[in-house]
Amino acid sequence: MTSAPLVFVLEQLPAGTLATITAIDRGNIDPHTAQRLHELGFDEGVDVELLHRAPFGGDPLAVRVGNMVVALRRSMAQLIEIDTASATPPATPA
Amino acid sequence: MNAPLAQPVVALVGNPNAGKTSLFNALTGSRQKVGNYPGVTVERKAGRLPLPDGRIAELIDLPGTYSLTPRSPDEAVTRDAVLGLLPGEKRLDAIVAVVDATNLRNHLRFVLELRRLGLPLIVALNMVDLAERDGTTIDATQLATILGLPVIATVAVRRRGLVELGDAVAATLRDTPAVAAAAGEADIRLLQREARVIADTVTLAQGARRRWSARLDAVALHPIAGPLLLAGLLFAMFQGVFAWAEAPMQWLESLVMAAQTGVTAALPDGLLRSLLVDGVLGGVGAVVVFLPQILILFFFILCLEQSGYMVRAAFLMDKLMASVGLNGRAFIPLISSFACAIPGIMATRTIDSPKDRLTTILIAPLMTCSARLPVYAVVIGAFIPATNVGIFGLQGLVLFGLYVAGVVGALVAAWALRHTVTKGPSPTFLMEMPKYQWPAPRDIGIGLYQRAKAFVARAGGIILLSTIALWALATWPKPPADWDRPALEYSYAGRIGLALEPIFRPIGFNKEIALALVPGMAAREVAVSALGTVYSLQGVDDTHSEGLIEKLRGQWELPTALAFLAWFVFAPQCISTLAVTRRETGGWAWPAFMFTYLFAAAYAAAGITYWTAKALL
Repeated sequence: MTSAPLVFVLEQLPAGTLATITAIDRGNIDPHTAQRLHELGFDEGVDVELLHRAPFGGDPLAVRVGNMVVALRRSMAQLIEIDTASATPPATPA
Repeated sequence: MNAPLAQPVVALVGNPNAGKTSLFNALTGSRQKVGNYPGVTVERKAGRLPLPDGRIAELIDLPGTYSLTPRSPDEAVTRDAVLGLLPGEKRLDAIVAVVDATNLRNHLRFVLELRRLGLPLIVALNMVDLAERDGTTIDATQLATILGLPVIATVAVRRRGLVELGDAVAATLRDTPAVAAAAGEADIRLLQREARVIADTVTLAQGARRRWSARLDAVALHPIAGPLLLAGLLFAMFQGVFAWAEAPMQWLESLVMAAQTGVTAALPDGLLRSLLVDGVLGGVGAVVVFLPQILILFFFILCLEQSGYMVRAAFLMDKLMASVGLNGRAFIPLISSFACAIPGIMATRTIDSPKDRLTTILIAPLMTCSARLPVYAVVIGAFIPATNVGIFGLQGLVLFGLYVAGVVGALVAAWALRHTVTKGPSPTFLMEMPKYQWPAPRDIGIGLYQRAKAFVARAGGIILLSTIALWALATWPKPPADWDRPALEYSYAGRIGLALEPIFRPIGFNKEIALALVPGMAAREVAVSALGTVYSLQGVDDTHSEGLIEKLRGQWELPTALAFLAWFVFAPQCISTLAVTRRETGGWAWPAFMFTYLFAAAYAAAGITYWTAKALL
C-alpha cells in the first residue's frame, strides 16, 4: 500500500505498534457509548497501542490507551482513526 | 465554632478499580452495615469512621463510576447521592475521591468533575506503592496546590495513609461549610484535557506499563493458552465447589439430623414436633447445607474479581456471548449462577443495558445451580450404572452432560429472547481491563461474609417460610381413620399433586413425582426429601438417600428417570429465584414470564426425553 492519504483505523493497527488517535467518528456512536469512550480515556491526541485480539475471530480487542487497558469490539475500533507516524514513544515527553 | 450536632456523612467516590472498597474496608473494618437504597436494588454499604476530634462520621461506600453521567442503576445511585437527590438519605458533608495513582490521567478527570459540585472534597491518592514500583513518582503536594484540594497518599491494602486521611476529613469538615451540590453538565473532553495536563505536570517520573500485568495478559489473552487457562480455572473452581464442600456438607447434614432426632426424642408425637422437625429444621437444613458450596464458589469468584481476571474472562467470552445477542459482561453473573441463581441475578446490576440485564436474569436459572445436585445425585445413583466409558465414569459423564445441557439451553434461550421479548439493539462491549492485583485477604474475608449473609437472609427466609407453608399444606387436612393410602395424598399438597398428575402423565411422570414437585417449589433440592416423604409414607422408614435410591430403582422405569433429569435441567420451581427476579425487575410480570417459559422448556425437554427413551429402550 503506497497511496498517499492513508486513513488508518485502530482496528487495523498491528499488535505492538504505537499510534495516536486523530479522530473519533462520534456521528456513528450512540451518545452514551461515546461518553464512555472518553471516560475510559479515548480522545484525539492520546496514544494507543493494540495489545491483543481475542481468540475467536479476533474480536474483541485489548487496547492500551494512555495508562489503561480497555477491551472494545472491532466494530468500535473501526470508528477510531489513528496515525502511526506522529506517535511518541513512551517515557519521552515531547 | 459550633460542631454540627448531627453525625457527619462522608462518602467514598471513585472509578471502578480505584481500590475504593479496599479503602472502605481498611477504614471501617468488618463492622459494616449492608442494606439497600429504598426503591432500587443497589446495595448501600456504610460504616463508622472515627475522626481525630472524637466525632464518628458515617462513611458510605458509593458504587464505582467513571462520571456523574450514569449508565446503570448503580451509577445512578452514586450521582444522586452526591447531588443530595437520594430520597431518605442525608446530604453528604464531604466526599473522599479515591484515585488510582497508577492511572492518574483518567481518575483526575472524575475528580475535576466532582470538584465542580462545590462540596467539601478530599482526594485519596491510592495505590501509591504500585505507582512507585512501576517507577512513577507523583508530586502530591503540587497536585494539592493545582487542585486546591487536600491530597492524601494512601495504600489501602497496607493501611498506609489512613490516619492522615482521617485528619484531612476532620479538617475539611471543620473548615469548609457544607453546601448543596451545584449540578451542571460538564464537557467531558475539556475535563479530560485538563486532567491530562495536570497529570503530566505532577508526574515527575513516568514508569513503564506494569510489566507483570502485560506478561500475565500475554498468557491469559493468548489465542490458545487463554481459553485453556479459563477452562482450567473453571474446572478447578467446580472441582473445589463439589469436592471440598462434601465433608462440611455432611457435617451440617448430620448436625441438622441430630437436632431433628433430639426434638423427636424430646417431644411427644404431634403437630408441634412435626412442625419443628419437618417444617423448621427441614427448612433450615435445606438452606445451610448449601453454605459450604456457596462459600467456596464465592471465594473463587471474589478472587477472580479482585485479581482482575474476571474482566479477562469476559473478554474471552465476548464473541460467544455476542452470537446470542449478549456481551461479555453477562459471563460474570452467569458463572455465579452455577452456585445459585440468586447471587447471579443480583450480580446483573453491573450490566448497563436494561435489555441485556433482563435477558441475563431470565437465563440465569438455566445455569445448573447446586440445589439441583442432590436431585441429580439421587436419580443418577439409582438409574445410571457405575460403569466406565473409556477413562471416564458413566455417572460423571451424565452429570457433565446435564451441565452442558443447561448451558446450551441458556444460550438458545438468550438468542430466542433477544429476538422476541427483549428485542433491541445490542450494546457494544466496552470495559476497562484493570491491572492484575493480588487479592487482599481482608477484602476477600469481608466480601465472603457479606455475600454469605445476603444469601442466607434472602434465600433462607423464603425457603424457611415456604417449607413451613408446604409442611402445613402436606399436613392438613388429616385423613380419616379408615384412609389406607399415604396421608400425604389426603392433604392439600397431595390433592394439588393429584390434580397436576394428568398434566405430567404424558411426559412419563407418575403420581409420586407430581406430589413431590409441589413441595419442590420451595427449592429444587426439597424435591428429594419430598420424594422421600412420599415413598416413606408408603411403608419405607428410611428417608436417607441410599434408601431412596433403592426405592426409586424399584418404582421408576428408566425413561421416567431420564425425563425427571431432563425436567430438572430447566425446572422452574424455585420460589427464591422468582422472588429475587421480582425485586430486580420491579414487578411480577417478568417472574411470571420466567416461570412460564421455564415450565414450557422443562415440559418439552422431559417429554422429548421420555418418548425418545421409550422408543429406543
